[in-house]
Amino acid sequence: MSIYINEPRFLAAGESCLVVEFADEIDRAANDAVMNLRHWMENQRRAPIVECLPTYRSLAIYFDPLIVCRAKIEEEAHLALRENLSVLSAPHRTISIPVCYGGEYGPDIANVASHAGISEEEVVRRHSARVCHCYMIGFVPGFAYLGGMDESIATPRLANPRTVIPGGSVGIAGKQTGIYPIDSPGGWQLIGRTPLKLFTPEKDPPTLIDAGYDVRFVPVGRDEYMAIEDEVASGRYEPVITEADQ
Amino acid sequence: MRFKVIKPGLLTTVQDLGRWGYQSSGVPVAGAMDLPALRIGNAIVGNCEGAAALEVTVIGPELAVEGEGVVVFSGAELGFSVNGRHVGSWTALCVKDGDVLSFSAPVKGCRGYLCTPGGIDVPLVMGSRSTYTRAKIGGYEGRALKAGDVVEAGGDGFFSKRIDGFRPPDEILPDYSSASELFILPGLQMDAFTEDGLKTLFSSEYEVSGESDRMGCRFDGPKVQHKEAGADIVSDAIPLGAVQIPGHGLPIAMLADRQTTGGYTKVGVLTPDSIQALAQMMPKARVRFARATMEQAIEELAAAKAAVDAVRQLRASWISRPSCSAGALVKKVAAEFRITVEGKSYDVKCEEI
Repeated sequence: MSIYINEPRFLAAGESCLVVEFADEIDRAANDAVMNLRHWMENQRRAPIVECLPTYRSLAIYFDPLIVCRAKIEEEAHLALRENLSVLSAPHRTISIPVCYGGEYGPDIANVASHAGISEEEVVRRHSARVCHCYMIGFVPGFAYLGGMDESIATPRLANPRTVIPGGSVGIAGKQTGIYPIDSPGGWQLIGRTPLKLFTPEKDPPTLIDAGYDVRFVPVGRDEYMAIEDEVASGRYEPVITEADQ
Repeated sequence: MRFKVIKPGLLTTVQDLGRWGYQSSGVPVAGAMDLPALRIGNAIVGNCEGAAALEVTVIGPELAVEGEGVVVFSGAELGFSVNGRHVGSWTALCVKDGDVLSFSAPVKGCRGYLCTPGGIDVPLVMGSRSTYTRAKIGGYEGRALKAGDVVEAGGDGFFSKRIDGFRPPDEILPDYSSASELFILPGLQMDAFTEDGLKTLFSSEYEVSGESDRMGCRFDGPKVQHKEAGADIVSDAIPLGAVQIPGHGLPIAMLADRQTTGGYTKVGVLTPDSIQALAQMMPKARVRFARATMEQAIEELAAAKAAVDAVRQLRASWISRPSCSAGALVKKVAAEFRITVEGKSYDVKCEEI
């Protein structure tokens, strides 16, 4: 396993895709380099692209080889990398995700508490204390792969996965935490739920959390949960997203 | 025009060129499995190449026509018939109220597209009409068609009855019978496999597994050996046609409904023609894998585009042929068109006498 941010690999991925890889492991600096290259490629106008797909450690650049040749895409990526990406970097955004912990929304919070040997209140405190980072979106539409959870509350998956988990459920699986964007089966330990809709096909962009965002879980009570749920339903809710200089 | 679904067939979904631009949100591209067939079908009926069509799989649906219009079934030979009379693939045909479209049995290939001027009219979701059934996105209520559904077609699409009977010549149509070799453009995690493993992949015969669908095509055959580091990687992008080899050592070609990202080693990506050939292969088909070059893959794309352009030209000249040869189907109406012969354009006006 290694990291090669300064000497990324250019991988052939068929005639219509180029993958620029900065590491073969999960690494925050490599992920930042991915986001910065994405930002550059999406904003330049010299080498037309179809879309960019950022992942943990690489950026897939899709293009139409009958419109632009691969060499031109590679040249643009090299230019981006030469232009000191840390200066011309992607904006650094943090989104707040209100979560009502425990109770009917977080039926497994007791499992997590007993596994960590702490109280449920302490689980909430530790889960919401640290800002997590969204490395990529994948698996199912709108699913954010989050890293950076306090490892003291890491808990193995349920032995028997649930057949339906409601969209918005916040869970823990091993050292990972995540939010189910849509109703789906799964085996994560559910500790709470957010009233926000993480994936809305009719919206552009359809996802609330974008790859590269930092995510802050904000504990809310049941009343506040219901109030936000109403605002979301009527379209009045504005997600709390802050932008910071790097 | 509308299609009322009498029988839905095995798997009939609305598809276009796919939902590009949302993979970073985790939304799979989906779209037609045989993209060139959809493009040619659309060219035959005068659509833009990305108009939505009904993708028919192996056992076709039975549809009752309401209203009137033009249809063509492009792609596999699945026994396309109108009112029980065999029409076959690639032939444009005028249809009218009460006509019944049906499919007798698969003869060659397994997927095709029912195209109609203006395309299939379902709401755009994230810029596409493609159906992604796993997340119930797009198409007709996010699912395959069921008996009783009524599918709107045509929209405000222009159509000319003069297109009736038009069929491009075989030379520019895909040939679904010849392929047994699938070409892989090496790349991605090819270095995750042992030399012996790659030798196995490129020298053995594989069989298309019955566990194949729009998401991916599995192959049965000799196992491909990974190096010590194994088959799992930190998730990265899965391009269309990527050949993924998980720990079990058997290749899986990732197709239209593939997930955007995945955590298995990929040995490379199939060329456009090989993706098309695979989309038309039935389970049990026998294939061999071969190495492709980048030039070959781009040439295949260019040739597919040239075929679509050729169909458009032939269509234009078919429509502008003298009306007497069109027989009783052409109404006696004034018409105007422009024809180009050896670089010179002529405006032609027909009038009733």
